[in-house]
Amino acid sequence: MSAKQPLLDIQDLHASVDGNEILRGVNLTVRPGEVHAIMGPNGSGKSTLAQVLAGHPAYAVTAGSARYDGRDLLDMDPEERAREGLFLAFQYPVSIRGITNSYFLRSAVNAIRKHKGQDPLDPQDFLQVLEDKLTVIGWDDSLMNRAVNEGFSGGEKKRNEILQLAVLEPRLAVLDETDSGLDIDALKTVAEAVNKLRGPDRSFVVVTHYQRLLNYIVPDHVHVLADGRIVKSGGKELALALEEKGYDWLKPAAAGSAA
Amino acid sequence: MTSIETQVLQPYKYGFTTEIDADIVPPGLSEDVIRLISTKKGEPEWMLEWRLKAYRHWLTMKEPRWANVSYAPIDYQAISYYAAPKQLPKVDSLDQVDPKLLETFDKLGIPIAEQKRLAGVAVDAVFDSVSVATTFRAELAKHGVLFCPMSEAIREHPNLVKQYLGTVVPTNDNFFAALNSAVFTDGSFAFIPKGVRCPLELSTYFRINASSTGQFERTLIVAEEGSYVSYLEGCSAPTRDENQLHAAVVELVALDNAQIKYSTIQNWYPGDEAGKGGIYNFVTKRGACRGRNSKISWTQVETGSAITWKYPGCLLQGDGSIGEFYSVAVTNNRQQADTGTKMIHIGKNTRSTIVSKGISAGHGQNTYRGLVKIMKGAESARNYSQCDSMLIGSECGAHTFPYIDVRNSSAIMEHEASTSKIGEDQIFYCKQRGLSAEDAVSMIVNGFCKEVFKELPMEFAVEAQNLLGISLEGSVG
Repeated sequence: MSAKQPLLDIQDLHASVDGNEILRGVNLTVRPGEVHAIMGPNGSGKSTLAQVLAGHPAYAVTAGSARYDGRDLLDMDPEERAREGLFLAFQYPVSIRGITNSYFLRSAVNAIRKHKGQDPLDPQDFLQVLEDKLTVIGWDDSLMNRAVNEGFSGGEKKRNEILQLAVLEPRLAVLDETDSGLDIDALKTVAEAVNKLRGPDRSFVVVTHYQRLLNYIVPDHVHVLADGRIVKSGGKELALALEEKGYDWLKPAAAGSAA
Repeated sequence: MTSIETQVLQPYKYGFTTEIDADIVPPGLSEDVIRLISTKKGEPEWMLEWRLKAYRHWLTMKEPRWANVSYAPIDYQAISYYAAPKQLPKVDSLDQVDPKLLETFDKLGIPIAEQKRLAGVAVDAVFDSVSVATTFRAELAKHGVLFCPMSEAIREHPNLVKQYLGTVVPTNDNFFAALNSAVFTDGSFAFIPKGVRCPLELSTYFRINASSTGQFERTLIVAEEGSYVSYLEGCSAPTRDENQLHAAVVELVALDNAQIKYSTIQNWYPGDEAGKGGIYNFVTKRGACRGRNSKISWTQVETGSAITWKYPGCLLQGDGSIGEFYSVAVTNNRQQADTGTKMIHIGKNTRSTIVSKGISAGHGQNTYRGLVKIMKGAESARNYSQCDSMLIGSECGAHTFPYIDVRNSSAIMEHEASTSKIGEDQIFYCKQRGLSAEDAVSMIVNGFCKEVFKELPMEFAVEAQNLLGISLEGSVG
C-alpha cells in the first residue's frame, strides 16, 4: 500500500440507534500516519462515529460505506476489526472483575497474534513486551495486577485505555473523548503518551468536545461534526477558532450549505 | 445475547447409560424394603434398628416446601431404593471389577484401573447403590487412614460408625435426611487419625445409572486431633425424561486443630431445555467443628440437577474454630437452585466466611439462602458474607435470602451483595480488543467465580472451569 492510499475512507455514512438517525452522511478520509480531530457540540454524533467504526451492535448503518485498508469495514465483525488493527479507546471503559489487566491484555495480544498466524506469548514473554511499552510511554506497571478497570478512577481508566493502545499497536486508533473527566495533569500525561505512540504507520481519529486536548495532541486535520455531518474541515487552527467562537456560528447555515 | 447463552448452555456430556445386569429392588418404600437393603448390605442388627427408627420418624414428617423452587409432587412409592450391578467385585482386587464399570468411570474421566489412576487421588467409585471400587487403600492404610465404602465401614468399623453417624445430622433433622437415614445405600467413610496429614486427596464419584431409582448416599468423614484431609466429590447421571431423586447426607467431624476441606462438583443431569427430566438434588451436608481451632471448608460448584436444595453448613462448637463456604451455582434452561449455607457460631472467637456466586441463564432461577447465627456464648464471633449474582439473558432470576440471627453483641458481621448482568457492552469491549464472544464470556464468568475456583484442588479447578465452558489458560490462582 502506498503512503497516499487512505487507511480509512468513509463515504456518505448514515447510522442510527433505536431508529433515530444520528449520522447523516459523514465523509472522512484518513491516511497512514495522520491525526484527525473530530470536534463538535454534544449530540452531534462524535461518539456514534467512534462506535460505528468499532462495530458496536447497537448502531445500525443505514447507508454509505466505510473502507479500511481497502476492505469493507462494515462487513467485518468487531473482533476482526480489532485484530486487523482498529483500536477504540472507550469513553466509558467497562470493568471485568476477577480478571487482571495483565491477563486481559495478554489474551488480547494473543488473539491478535493468532489472527496473524503468530505463536502466542507466554506470560514471561508478555511481561517483557509490556515493560518495553511502559518504558516507551514512561509509565509504571501499577495498573497491571488490578482487575480490569475495577475500582479505577476516571483518570486511571483513561490511562489504561492508552496503555492498551500502546501494547496492541493498532494501525488506526480512535480516541473517544479520552480527555473527558481528566484534570490538566492527567490530560498531559495521557497526551504525552499518545504523542510517543504516533508514527508513520499509525493513524489517529481523536474525538473531543474541547480544544484543550489538541494543544497537546496536535492534529493534522480538524473536522467539525454537527447534526451528523461534517460541516467544516481545516487544519489545527480551526480548533482554535472553535475555542474562541464556539460551535454556533457553524451550525445552521453551514450545515445547510454542506448538505 | 444468543452467542453468550449458547456458550454457557452447553450440551450435557455425561448423559450416556451403561448396559449392565442389575439387581434392582422393585419400587416402593416400606419396612420390608429397608430390611431388604440392610440384608443386602450384610448389616448388623443395630444398623437396621437405626434405619427403622428413622423411617418411622420420616412417616410423621412433611416434605418441606419453603424453598424457592417448584416441582411436581414426588411419589415415594414409585422409586426403587436399591440398584446394584449383579456381579459385585471384590473390593481388594480391581481385576475382578466388571470391565463395563471400569469403562463407565473411564468415560467419566475417573479412571480406577491400576495403571490409569489419577496420581495423588484415592477414588471411591459408587455406581447406583454400591461402591464398585476404592483405589489406593493399602497406601492410605500405611498412614492409618481409613477410606472405604460406608457399607463396609458399618461391618468393619462399627464402633467408629456408631460413635459418629447421625451426630451431626440427626436422623430426624429434616424430611430428606430422615429418608436418607432410612434407606441410604452407599457413600464413603473416611477416618483420619490423630496428627496425620492425609497423603492423598480422597475422592468419591457418584454415578446414577439405573432408571426409576433414587440414590441415597451417606458420607461420614472424621478428622481426629491435628489431622488434615482434603476430600473431593463428583457426580453425574444419564439423560432421561424422568426425574430422579438424589437425597444425600454428608457429615463431617473435626476435632481439636483438625482441618477438613470438602469440595463438590455437582453435575447431575439437569434436564433438557424445556425442563423435562433431571435430578432432584435434595441434600443435607453439615460439618461439626467440635474441637478448638478446627476448620471446615465447603467448596461447591453446582452446575447440574433440575432442582437443587442444599445448604452445607458448619456448627462452630470449638473455640476459635473456622467455617468456610465457597459456592458457584449455575442454573440454565429451567433449572432451579435454592442453595447456601448455615454457619452456627457456638464457641468463642469463631469465624466464618461465606462467598456465594450465583449464575443464572436461560429460564434458570437461582436462590441464595443462608443463615448466620451467633449464639449467646459465642463471644467475639466474626462473619463475612458475600453474595454475588450474575444474570445472562433476560428470562432468568436471581434471589438472595440472607438470614442473620445475632445473640451476642460482641459479634462482627459483614455482608456484601451484588447483582450484575453480562452485558452487550462488556462483550463488545472484549471484542474490541480482539477476543471472540466465547472467550469474552469465559473470561467474564471465570473472573466472577475466581474467588471460589481458587479454593478448589487443582484437579477440580480444571473440571469446574471446563464445565462452565471456560478456557483455563493461566487464569486460576
